[in-house]
Parts: sequence; C-alpha cells; structure tokens
Amino acid sequence: MSNHETPVLKAEARGLNFYYGEAQALKNINMPIYDKKVTALIGPSGCGKSTYLRSFNRMHDLYPGNRYEGEIRFFPDNTNLLGSDVDPIEVRMRVGMVFQKPNPFPKTIFENVAYGLRVRGENNKRVLEDKVEHALKSAAIWEEVKNRLQDQAPNLSGGQQQRLCIARALATDPELLLFDEPTSALDPIATGAIEELVHELKKRVTILIVTHNMQQAARVSDYTAYMFLGEMIEFGKTDQIFIKPQDKRTEDYITGRMG
Amino acid sequence: MPANNPGDLHQVSDRLAYNAMRHWKERLIEAVLLAAAAVSVLTTLGIVYVLVSESISFFANVSIVDFLTDTQWTPLFDDAHFGIMVLVSGTLVSSFVALAVAIPMGTIIAIYLSEFADSRVREVAKPILELLGGIPTIVFGYFALLVVTPILQFVLPGLPGFSLLSAGLVMGIMIVPYIASLSEDAMRAVPMSMREGSYAMGATKLYTAVHVVVPAAISGLAASYILGISRAVGETMILAVAAGMQPNLTWNPMEPAATITSYIVQVALGDLPHGSIGYQTIFAAGLTLLLITLLFNILGQWLRARFRENY
Repeated sequence: MSNHETPVLKAEARGLNFYYGEAQALKNINMPIYDKKVTALIGPSGCGKSTYLRSFNRMHDLYPGNRYEGEIRFFPDNTNLLGSDVDPIEVRMRVGMVFQKPNPFPKTIFENVAYGLRVRGENNKRVLEDKVEHALKSAAIWEEVKNRLQDQAPNLSGGQQQRLCIARALATDPELLLFDEPTSALDPIATGAIEELVHELKKRVTILIVTHNMQQAARVSDYTAYMFLGEMIEFGKTDQIFIKPQDKRTEDYITGRMG
Repeated sequence: MPANNPGDLHQVSDRLAYNAMRHWKERLIEAVLLAAAAVSVLTTLGIVYVLVSESISFFANVSIVDFLTDTQWTPLFDDAHFGIMVLVSGTLVSSFVALAVAIPMGTIIAIYLSEFADSRVREVAKPILELLGGIPTIVFGYFALLVVTPILQFVLPGLPGFSLLSAGLVMGIMIVPYIASLSEDAMRAVPMSMREGSYAMGATKLYTAVHVVVPAAISGLAASYILGISRAVGETMILAVAAGMQPNLTWNPMEPAATITSYIVQVALGDLPHGSIGYQTIFAAGLTLLLITLLFNILGQWLRARFRENY
C-alpha cells in the first residue's frame, strides 16, 4: 500500500490475555486496528486468531468460564470494549460480525437484513425498506434478490447466504466489521465475490478478517498480523509481512515451511 | 497369461472369502427386527379392524346422519338417542381447556430451560418435570376433584362439583411435561451458530429466543403440540373422575359433561351383553376418537412438512 496518509486508530488491543477456564488462549496481545483499513489475522489452526476476533464483540461472554484481561480500546471515544461496566450488547451494536459458516435466520431475505434494525427498535416500514435495500446493494446481492425479498433466506446458495449475512451486518452501520474465515465454506467464485466486497467495504467500515488462506490475506488486507500459540508474533503492513517478514516464525509460516 | 492358469482362479485370500456364518447371522437379525416392527403395525391394524367391524354393525342400526346430528346421547335408555356430538363437545371443550394451559406453559418452560437456565438447573429441573408425566392419571383425577375444584369454586362460586374446567386444567398440567420436554429438545437442536448470529446483531437472550430459536425449532414445537392434543383428546381417567359422566351437549367449560373416553370407561364397566347396541356404541365412539386423533396427526404432519427446519 503506497498511500502516505497517516492511519487513524479505530481500536487497539493493550495487554490482552484471554482464558477458556484455566487454559490461556491469548497471551499479552498488543495491536492497533486502523480506521477504514482491512486488517488480516493469519496463523496456524489453534493459534488464537478466532478467539482474538471474537473478543472484539464480546462473543466469549455467551459461555461460562471465559475471562478477559487487559483492554481493547475503541476510538474515537476511547471506550474499553472489555470493561466490566460496558454492556456487551452495546458493544455488539457497534461491532458487526460475519461468521465462518453462513448463518441466515429461518426468515425471509428481507427480515434477515431488517433483523438488526428491528433489534434497535426500528419498525417504520419506509425506513426498514430503504435500509434493507441499501445494505443489500452494499453487499452486492441486491440484483439477485430484489424480486424475491419475501423468499426464505435459507433457500439461497451458500455464497448468496454469506453475502446476505454481510448485508445483515451492514444494515446497522457498524463501525467495525469482524469476518471469521468468511469464505472457508464457499467455492472459489463465491470467494472471489466476497473478497471483492471486502475491498469495496473498507471505504466505509473498518474490517478485521481472520483467514486460513494466505493468498486471501495478501489480496484483501492493508495490514496483517501473524499469530502463533496465542501470541502476536508480528504485525505490519501486508506487503511488508509477505515480502520481508522480520520474524523467522512468520517467514516459515508464509513460505509454507510450517502450519 | 497368468490369469488363464486355472489354479489362480480359486486363489481367494482368507480375508475376502465369503463368510456364510456372518451372512446367516445378518439375516437372522434382520428377521428379528422385522418381527418387532411388525408387532406394532399389526396391533394397530387389529385395533382398526375391531373398531371398524363393530362400528359397521352399529351403523346398520343407527344412521350416520342421526349419529352426527342428534343432540342427545342416551344409548342405554328405552328412548335411545345416539348423537355423538354430545360426547365430542365434551372432548373438545376439555381438550381446549387443557391445551390453553399446556401449550403456553410448556413452551415458556422449554424456552427457559433451553435458553436461560444454566446447565445445573436444567439437569435437576428436567427430570423432575418429566417425573410429573409419570404420575398415574387417576391421581391427577382425584387431585382435580378434591383440590382444584374446591379452589375454583372459591373463585367461581357457581361452579358445580364436576366440571370440564377443573378436569381440563389438571389435564393441562399433566400434559405440560410432554410439551416442555419435546419443545426443549427441539430448541436445543437449533445450532449455536444461529444464536451467535443473533447475539452478534446486539439482540438480547429473550429477543433471540423468540425471534430466532422458536422459528427455527417450529416444526419440533408443532410436533410436541400435536402430541399434547392427542394426549388431551385420548385422556380418560381425569375426565371420568372430575368432569362428571353425564352426557351433555355444551360448549361451556363450567358445566359437567361426558367425553368420548369417559363414556367408554363408564359403559365398559357395566355389564352390557355382547353384541347389543349399547355394546356397539363403545366401538362407534372409539372409532370417532381414532378419527379425531388421526385428523390432528395428519394436520401435524402437514405442519411439520410446511415448516420443516431449514437451517
């Protein structure tokens, strides 16, 4: 990336530790997330990249025995997303998420996208219609579904379902969008469509994406972090990480000698 | 060519050799399984045969039109009337009261157990709830007659000692565990990823339960409701004990009335001569009951196909 503007911080992990019961899954993570950029998290299975991602919208709070230490600062208001006085529901109102496996709700296409708006108390039909259309357009699926908004969402193809899930997340205008291996259940064509979409979306939203696929990280991201055994080994601009990694372990992973 | 050597053709290794012993064991097991399945099917067919054949003799004496339209049910009187609607009304009213209790309560309990209760509470509460389903219905009947009716009479002074309301309420309590347990299973089978999708949108637990989990589990819920309906329509002892056994064409739950089942138990306890018209009414009433249950089951199957889980 050859743009010379100074990146603005959107979020920053500071001394983040995470425990599943006794097992420590994240070890002292410090890392910036820049505003309106795509940051990729790469690393071998079990390295903690999904665990780290799911800390940003407090998904770990849904299960007993999980514990955070440290902070994730969220800007511009400098809120600690992990603070004990911060309501996870408020966090999730600002941080959207797209999952590994498309998980549309057993509702119509329209109601899937309107879901987050209804959760936020929006019931005005006109407003809902406008925002649903806008979100579906942003997720590049409007042309395919505009004539069948009342069809059941689970009848869409896998790639369409995933774009619908992206539209669902976009409809509420999140500030940060988390992608947890969003293309691992999709074929190459659907994957290409999602990658193109990620590229397009960073104009308006900050994106953090976990991926198993290094080519994908190289294609879509501005920044890349390499994680290994719960530690952040290296963080930097994507081209730097891929062309000239500083750490031997990053280099081994990227060149395919490990993982 | 080595394959043309006749000696080679018989060279099947021990591992691949045909195992006659295993073959016969498999066949034997298959036969045992088929026999077990046949018992239940044949029993059903036998019941249907008895009901239909006895009912045919009944309808030789009583016209179907009278059976369906007469407003009196007095098969054992000199002035005999055979209006099945009298019994059907009692059955439907008591079932309606029971389901008005059991469906909301069972669903709410299922939502609580599946979505809110932590695992320790669930592990204790669910077996206790299922135990409620193991109480003999005669006990429920006397509970209705001796406990619930007096309490209801305190609130509704005009209530008679026997009523469809009291019997129906207790029948509803009896059915709650069936609906709660099956509905909870259906809701727990909804994949966690779907709930996570909802939570990630900022939804609360209750919003997720009502707007995502319940719609996703709707076919399982429908199946549990159908089972509840079948239980209510077929329930006998609670109604025989607490609803009074007088045939009464009414849609008012505050009145006593006989149901199809309580009529059957009443006349079956007496000494009706085999082959008499009174004896045959048992089978005509039984056939009606079977058709009602069948109707609800078909409706349930249709609902299940219509709202199949599509996740």
